[in-house]
Amino acid sequence: MADKEEILSGLAEIVEEVAGVAQDDVSTEKSFVDDLDIDSLSMVEIAVQAEDKFGVKIPDDELANLKTVGDAVDYVAANSK
Amino acid sequence: MTGDRPALQLRQGPAATRILGVGSTQPDRVVTNDDLSEVMDTNDQWIRERVGIIERRFADKDELLVDMAVTAGAKALADAGTDPSEVDTVIVPNCTMPAPIPNAAGQVADRIGIKAAGAFDLNAACAGFCYGLGVASDLIRAGSAGKVLVIGAEKLTDVVDPQDRSTAIIFADGAGAALVGPSEQPGIGPVAWGSAGDLVDMIYMREHRYLFQEGQAVFRWATTQIAPIAMRAVELAGIQLSDVDVLIPHQANLRIVEAIAKRLRAKGAREDLVVADDIRYSGNTSSASIPIALDHMRAAGTVKSGDVVLLVGFGAGLSYAGQVIVCP
Repeated sequence: MADKEEILSGLAEIVEEVAGVAQDDVSTEKSFVDDLDIDSLSMVEIAVQAEDKFGVKIPDDELANLKTVGDAVDYVAANSK
Repeated sequence: MTGDRPALQLRQGPAATRILGVGSTQPDRVVTNDDLSEVMDTNDQWIRERVGIIERRFADKDELLVDMAVTAGAKALADAGTDPSEVDTVIVPNCTMPAPIPNAAGQVADRIGIKAAGAFDLNAACAGFCYGLGVASDLIRAGSAGKVLVIGAEKLTDVVDPQDRSTAIIFADGAGAALVGPSEQPGIGPVAWGSAGDLVDMIYMREHRYLFQEGQAVFRWATTQIAPIAMRAVELAGIQLSDVDVLIPHQANLRIVEAIAKRLRAKGAREDLVVADDIRYSGNTSSASIPIALDHMRAAGTVKSGDVVLLVGFGAGLSYAGQVIVCP
């Protein structure tokens, strides 16, 4: 499976496509809500696209725990097949 | 075959149906986002970004669901140039009558001047209009009805907590109608419908009083599961997604509408597909949203006679239904 670098760059593409955030700004320490100004509905869209891209399930209750980009990268790395 | 038992006679209607006329109505009272921010913790920018609504219409206390249904239904008859005496069946999809008894359809038919109509309400929540249109078309094709008036009508302000910013900013009141009748060329395609009763808790009436929805879960369901239903309706109609000129999804939330359109474009719908955004000035009117949008878009010229229009409704139940129509 993809390493964390690949997951981060794949996630950055999705975040740019959904929320219009430049890929370079999507780094592991950033908070989706506080730093990247992404709302809860965009988070759902990002989760749905990440599910398709990485072959993981990200239910809404798990999604709520993914505060930072790094949290999301770790979750995908731990749960993708 | 069974000896002396008489064989029952059956009826057979025309092979095809179409929408003969459309009409809608909304209350006079316009409620802006700024109006709402005076009574709850919200603001214009937040509402526009989350749901895409700029303003909506709220009915006054004495303007009832049936009143709006009568107005919309009569307008659809006028649009079709059809006398009420030519109509024999009235279906009123809705989920917000003040009480389950009596239904809306009987009194609405009578007030429009349709005497002794076959009349019933249909509750498939926000999918109600597409369910009703499918039933109307098949009643005619089976020979059970001649012309059917389908009126989606809702007074959601009766079931929304006016202080609840998760619902009060979205839902609104109104009615939209279509008159369905026989046609030489098919103008209403087969309905693609279904339900997901296992997800019933995503939208329900809290303590039988106020509408509640799990916004995020509904958003995920609608943005992922509804485009395939729309594609199924296109397939059943025997056409291609690229043949579709106009998409009118239930006006639930502009971001859901846009997400459905995006998925359909990724699957072959045209870039110049016209997508209904009537929610911006109407809010979410549940079973009324699709016919209101169709009526407004015809009036504005964004949908023209002969256009191939894809309708898809979805909501509580969970229920969903879609079909392809040719715009009258």
